[in-house]
Amino acid sequence: MLNIKAGSTSHSAYNLRSVYSDVEERHTLAVIVENEPGVLARVIGLFSGRGYNIESLTVAEIDHTGHMSRITLVTSGTPQVIEQIKAQLGRIVPVHEVHDLTVEGPTVERELALFKVRGEGDARVEALRLADIFRANVVDSTLESFVFEITGTPEKIDAFADLMRPLGLIELARTGVAALSRGPDSRV
Amino acid sequence: MTGQTEQTAGQMTGAKMVVQALRDQGVDTVFGYPGGAVLPIYDELFQQNDIRHVLVRHEQGAIHAAEGYARSTGKPGVAIVTSGPGATNAVTGLTDALLDSIPIVVLSGQVPTFMIGSDAFQEADTVGITRPCTKHNWLVKETDRLGSTLHEAFHVATQGRPGPVLVDIPKDVQFATGSYGGKETRSTRYAPPTKGDGTAIEALARAMETAKRPVFYTGGGVINSGPEASKLLRDLVAATGFPITSTLMGLGAYPASGEQWLGMLGMHGLYEANMAMHGCDLMICIGARFDDRITGRIDAFSPNSTRAHIDIDPSSLNKVIRTDIPIIGDVAEVLKELLGVWSARGRKTDREGLAQWQAQIGEWRAKDCLAFRNSDKVIKPQYALQRLEALTKDRDRYITTEVGQHQMWAAQYLGFEAPNRWMTSGGLGTMGYGFPASIGVQMAHPGSLVINVAGEASWLMNMQEMGTAVQYRLPVKQFILNNERLGMVRQWQELLHGERYSQSWSEALPDFVKLAEAFGAKGIICKDPADLDDAIMEMLDYDGPVIFDCLVEKHENCFPMIPSGKAHNEMLMGEVSTAHAIEAGGAVLV
Ligand SMILES: Cc1ncc(C[n+]2csc(CCOP(=O)(O)OP(=O)(O)O)c2C)c(N)n1
Ligand SMILES: [Mg+2]
Repeated sequence: MLNIKAGSTSHSAYNLRSVYSDVEERHTLAVIVENEPGVLARVIGLFSGRGYNIESLTVAEIDHTGHMSRITLVTSGTPQVIEQIKAQLGRIVPVHEVHDLTVEGPTVERELALFKVRGEGDARVEALRLADIFRANVVDSTLESFVFEITGTPEKIDAFADLMRPLGLIELARTGVAALSRGPDSRV
Repeated sequence: MTGQTEQTAGQMTGAKMVVQALRDQGVDTVFGYPGGAVLPIYDELFQQNDIRHVLVRHEQGAIHAAEGYARSTGKPGVAIVTSGPGATNAVTGLTDALLDSIPIVVLSGQVPTFMIGSDAFQEADTVGITRPCTKHNWLVKETDRLGSTLHEAFHVATQGRPGPVLVDIPKDVQFATGSYGGKETRSTRYAPPTKGDGTAIEALARAMETAKRPVFYTGGGVINSGPEASKLLRDLVAATGFPITSTLMGLGAYPASGEQWLGMLGMHGLYEANMAMHGCDLMICIGARFDDRITGRIDAFSPNSTRAHIDIDPSSLNKVIRTDIPIIGDVAEVLKELLGVWSARGRKTDREGLAQWQAQIGEWRAKDCLAFRNSDKVIKPQYALQRLEALTKDRDRYITTEVGQHQMWAAQYLGFEAPNRWMTSGGLGTMGYGFPASIGVQMAHPGSLVINVAGEASWLMNMQEMGTAVQYRLPVKQFILNNERLGMVRQWQELLHGERYSQSWSEALPDFVKLAEAFGAKGIICKDPADLDDAIMEMLDYDGPVIFDCLVEKHENCFPMIPSGKAHNEMLMGEVSTAHAIEAGGAVLV
């Protein structure tokens, strides 16, 4: 019996996926947790203890009075591993909800990054020009450096980093991915 | 003390709150060991009579005793340990309980909150250390939250898939006064679903109607679900006539004397059980988790079956083995509904197919895979267990075991008629489990016969608990199958490592009779098969703890055996039934 879920990958041509396929997939999970001490350690310990990948992880409180935080987690694995990750996350007592945004529908994913680029002359001008094209903001400048702030998909930030590297990129800080489902409804 | 007015709610110290919360949870026995960081709690224990405290001799013993108590009663076991070394000594027991899904609540002392993080005397990051080996744990920093946390701890330990929890309580929190509001103050959020999906249950009922070669494969989840689950399982097996096997953890849920009983499956399971798993067309897994000791080689596991899997833990489904009919829910609830649906549909089975299947199973049974070559010169371990079974099976009996060959032989040669009568370390395979577990069982069942089937090496790992057994006059019987070997290690070395017996001897063993006497208990030694029955009777008749040193054949191997990485139909058999399977199998293994 094949367990096929509709609309299960953002990058599949057929929107079909066998839970028993060997193909590695990248999934974005939203994990709603009680904001209690150690909860992040539990989540991270689960990934390290069971050998799962974490490509990106962000966490912040989203509801102060309700003591709730949202962890956005990007992970990769075969469909069977992804299902196991979700089930294991669901077992953690202070985890309230686990949402596989990748399966649940279209999402917006954004990441913020800060770039320190140092240079003079043409390189400096070119960096500023490219920053403009990428809609990056200058948040700090000296006569020999800029700090750019950029928001976008991880791919966009990767692309910007590739361009800045030869132009004097000396330091880079990324926040990791925050993600929400598209459309008027909230499933979380 | 009667007449004393006990405060049951309102303002009280944290230490008092601990005792009151235990009382409110109906706890009658705790196992523990005092130390600086739990002195306020011990002071409160001293001043009351509702809760018995059993002083173990090592904190590992306290946790295993609590496990034994829990497994034999179905109630959570409770242990108290001090900070630092007390807590780290609890780690093996917590991990054991996690892997076998045993509900226990461990309370640990901690240095005062204002000293946490300063490397204070006997400070350890207990919640950090025990995070991966508990179902959940808490560090309580305010006395006002202690009561609700303790009740939450009992709730989490027992609901859903049971497991160990730990509450770390700093000493200043025990001294300070806070408000206590009783059981209802716990947060109510944690509530794993227990009712199975109706469509999936119906799909299983339909599969049962047409299956030609069905088998029930059951595990510890049936026992954890409670006596009702075992009863429903028996009803279902009787009504369908399907054969049933069980994991090590699930023995007793279906009676060993039952008509459809195939015996245990897995690495040292019975031939007929493993062959039935390999050949079935419908596998109904109930509260078991496809452990590697059960499946053998995954890609050769039961190649032609539809698998249904009933489990309360969603992460158990599709973890190692693909499941066709997954049912998440409590075993008792799902079985009740399954019986209902299958009955409403007319209680149909494929009788013809079943008859052929039973005939095939009969052929496998006829191999008599547990046959062994007995001896009148030396006691064979299998014979020792056969005699123990014959002489105790009609008694009100509980069995615990250590880990090794003796454990597997006990599972093979002893018969369990009811759940909660068999306590063994399955998932973690913890040598040193059985003796303290037997103490926990005997505390819960003072009038019953409690026997720990042990290997000499395992038994030494927690032998300090002799002091506990004698102090509390617990008549636990330590039935040691003494082969002067780390027998299971020796067996693997013989079969898989070219007979190079690296470090698998038990050298410099104590004189067990003198050891018993040194503790104030009774020691019995037996080495002649002709004396065995009398010696066992002497052990049973003695009203007090006994160490029974049963000197057995040193080089006996435990069969059948599925070597690691082999399939169910690639079993090695004992010397009697298939002499050259060992040679052929052994050759492949080298
Ligand atoms: C704490 C621990 N250490 C090591 C092992 C590995 N081990 C499994 S069985 C065994 C030998 C047990 O010897 P004994 O208790 O005498 O039992 P026998 O196999 O001889 O019946 C060992 C060392 C274990 N299971 N647990
Ligand atoms: Mg031994």
